Amino acid sequence: MADPARRTNPVLRLVGVHKSYAVGTRVELEVLHGIDLVLARGEFAALIGPSGSGKSTLLNVIGLLDQPTRGQIFVDGHETSLLDDKELTRLRGRSIGFVFQSSCLLPEFTAAENVMMPLLANRGRPDAEMREAAEALLDQVGLQPWQDHMATELSGGQQQRVSIARALAMRPALVLADEPTGNLDTKAADGVFELLRSGNRMHGTTFLIVTHDPRLANRCDRIVELVDGRIVSDRPNLHPVRHSADAEAIA
Amino acid sequence: MNRFLPFECIAAFRFMREGLIQTILIIVGVALGVSVIVFMSALLSGLQTNLFRRTLNYQAQIVILPPEEVARPLHPSHGDTIASLVQPRSQRLRSIDQWQKVQEQVARMPAVVAITPIVSGPGFAVRGDANKAVTITGVESETYLRVIAVADKIVAGKAAVATTDIVIGIELAADLGASLGDKLRLTTASGSAETMTVTGIFDFGNKGVNERNVYIAFRDAQNLLDLAGGASSIELNVRDPFMAEEVARTIAAATGLEADSWIKTNAQFFSAISAQTLSNSFIRFFVALTAALGIASVLVVSVVQKSREIGILRAMGTSRGQVLRLFLIEGAFMGLVGSLFGSAMGWLFLDFWRGIARNPDGTPLFVITVEPMLFVMAAAGATLVGTLAAIVPARRAARLDPVVAIRG
Repeated sequence: MADPARRTNPVLRLVGVHKSYAVGTRVELEVLHGIDLVLARGEFAALIGPSGSGKSTLLNVIGLLDQPTRGQIFVDGHETSLLDDKELTRLRGRSIGFVFQSSCLLPEFTAAENVMMPLLANRGRPDAEMREAAEALLDQVGLQPWQDHMATELSGGQQQRVSIARALAMRPALVLADEPTGNLDTKAADGVFELLRSGNRMHGTTFLIVTHDPRLANRCDRIVELVDGRIVSDRPNLHPVRHSADAEAIA
Repeated sequence: MNRFLPFECIAAFRFMREGLIQTILIIVGVALGVSVIVFMSALLSGLQTNLFRRTLNYQAQIVILPPEEVARPLHPSHGDTIASLVQPRSQRLRSIDQWQKVQEQVARMPAVVAITPIVSGPGFAVRGDANKAVTITGVESETYLRVIAVADKIVAGKAAVATTDIVIGIELAADLGASLGDKLRLTTASGSAETMTVTGIFDFGNKGVNERNVYIAFRDAQNLLDLAGGASSIELNVRDPFMAEEVARTIAAATGLEADSWIKTNAQFFSAISAQTLSNSFIRFFVALTAALGIASVLVVSVVQKSREIGILRAMGTSRGQVLRLFLIEGAFMGLVGSLFGSAMGWLFLDFWRGIARNPDGTPLFVITVEPMLFVMAAAGATLVGTLAAIVPARRAARLDPVVAIRG
């Protein structure tokens, strides 16, 4: 928090980001055509769009898992285009948390150990604090009784809750969630969504949630729509729906 | 989670625990390989030491001799011939110049374990009508018996010789009809003669040696061979018999004398032993290669199986270096644990071998001593091989594109 860049700069700023893939040797397929996007601290935004619109590619580029072909990305005030893989990994580990579509827990570890894993990977060595932090986070997502169960023993909804706890473990500035409720039934999805919301409120963490579920998007504060690799609309959702029943009615 | 282990170790051990069957199978594979290497190496070194001890026990590993005398014709200065034929000089029996000093100098070398001066020359053993050509060896009993284990080969009497004592071989004793306490006469070409008392009879298991070699006191030999105060050669043993040639060269360079090792004087025997050692090295190499390929293939499969987890770890801020080390640790661990089990198995094989390989009278066929270093080397070698084998899969894991890996 002592980092002055953190206070003044937006959490995420994209300037003219292009991404293309080589298809064969000659043809290049451009997936993102100049994306400009700013996410301020504490925002809770949805990224929607039809399949093939480039949502996942954009998320990967934002998450520093993939490099843009052109354009600049600022994460937490750091310009990323000149960073090498080591520095990108470091920045990603410290500033960005991920929640993937189907839970991506490590099956070799218990729930608590999964939550500790980012701390462990970034600090290199376990310590007592990590365990406490992990238990507190699991408590927040309501899974403290399950902390010593192996990841594979948990239900899909539970696994996704652990994923959220894990994404928040490093107290990142930004959490990227790719279809976090995609594989869950409505009830479990609601619970998971509420957790994302509360994570946003409690820690002031910025969230960007990729979804093609309009109900879910309507419950976010801001909706960014991507079509064919371009942002076609970016509007604040002035009256975010609080409950899924209402969201369903609107949909 | 163990608080003292770094992240890479913790993750590596969990990955191996998750794929327990794979891990156990490859560890058993490595263990079998290591056990073969340990067993073969110990067996071969036992076999060679035994062969060496049995066949070359009557000679020292290195013999230091005075330099050969050479004819030095006056060289022509302007191309006009002085001598058309140069006859090589005949080699007379000579003493090593200042042999005491040479012995002191050589004894200080760390590789030398035992050293003794010798006066040796031809002579005849005469008893009654029997007259046999012998090689007279004058020895200082105390030091000589440390170089050549005559004491182990004595069948009657004792090995140590005092003035006018003589120790002869079993064949010579039979030829002369001499037994312990009998007198015989030693004469030499120079005309000296001495009456000796047989105080010991040896059997080196070699007919030539048993017929020809006789041991007498150092001073007696000096008198008989007309070499007062001299020593015709210095004999010594070194710590590692197979390094004898190197040591001999060092000695020759340091003293300016001739130094012959058993390797040079028994070239045939040595090349047979070298061939064995070489074939053992081949077997070791291929067994190690097989183990390495086993570890590598298990890890390649593991990298494919765990690619999604690797992607997730990378997304969480795990660096390429950490992923690389994770798999290197897996390889090293498989090698190390495999080698520990393998050493234990090798030991059991050797024990079993000791049980069945016996002489008809129940004594062991030959002594197999296992150096603790063999196990240390096996463990270190297997760990290294495991690490090297893991390099390719580990690099592959480290280079995985997290986007592709997570998508699965």
